[in-house]
Amino acid sequence: MPVSVKNRLLVFLPLVIFALMALMFYGALQMRETRASSELESVLVGRAFPPFNLPDLNDRMRTQEELIGQVTLVNVWGSWCPACRDEHPYLADLVARGVPLVGLNYKDTPENARNWLDFFGDIYLWHVQDQDGRLGLDLGVYGAPETFIVDKMGVVRYKRVGVVDERIWEQEMKSVYLRFGGVLTDE
Amino acid sequence: MNKVRAALLGFGLLAISSVCLAAMELYDFSSEDLRARFQSLTAELRCPKCLNQNLADSDSPISADLRREIHAMLEAGHSDRAITDFLVERYGVFILYDPPKEGATLWVWFIPIPFALFGLWLVLGAVRAAASRPIDDEDPDR
Repeated sequence: MPVSVKNRLLVFLPLVIFALMALMFYGALQMRETRASSELESVLVGRAFPPFNLPDLNDRMRTQEELIGQVTLVNVWGSWCPACRDEHPYLADLVARGVPLVGLNYKDTPENARNWLDFFGDIYLWHVQDQDGRLGLDLGVYGAPETFIVDKMGVVRYKRVGVVDERIWEQEMKSVYLRFGGVLTDE
Repeated sequence: MNKVRAALLGFGLLAISSVCLAAMELYDFSSEDLRARFQSLTAELRCPKCLNQNLADSDSPISADLRREIHAMLEAGHSDRAITDFLVERYGVFILYDPPKEGATLWVWFIPIPFALFGLWLVLGAVRAAASRPIDDEDPDR
């Protein structure tokens, strides 16, 4: 019995659909590759930095109000966090180029934090102590290091989970930092 | 002999129990209802760090923090909805194993429908073609 041309073509339809889907999934995978695979979208971007009233490493009380006025990088770190050592030299570079950097000392003890800073160098303006991780929870922190860009009005504009290095800065963070009026002394 | 067996069994149970408790601190609940809600909440919320474990099973420090938070919120009288909203506000819908059917998740629910309709159409077409075909005893394929 002769099979019509139409039916013969129809046989290939599943293959075509399969090929299209394979292409789509491959594309989605490639897009993910450019970001860290464990990175979640941040709900916080576009919202005000969560309020806090916590001591800094000199036991002076600090609040979120002190982030207002300049575009600031807020870096979540701990002396227990190996990757924080890895990103420290690059953060120091950024500070040398005029980027204001505030530390959020996450689930750490002040003694360990001070020792760490004595050893690696304290490049931060100040550090808020978040010993029990409560502020970290408000920030949706689930690992260190994490780095936020906070604009002049105190609104979170960007979140990076993982190490900040030259690639991430140039590709993602620098444009956000400059767009909201951040200052770089070498530009 | 029986004593040895009993001792072995006891030891085995002890070993298992320590495994079961590995990811779980001990929490006191003011009522059994709260305990049940704690268990169902931590079972349906995802650990933000480890991607494929729920809060109940995860050993990561962030999961321990979230369990502590959920315990405190339950004891403070918050509803399940208030607790999940609190966490979604911080960690995104990612944290829910059963996300709301909106936005990107809608696709997952509606994409199968055209495929199912298409399949139904193929099957109906084939059935109809077979029914309308005259029975031919001489065709060796039949």
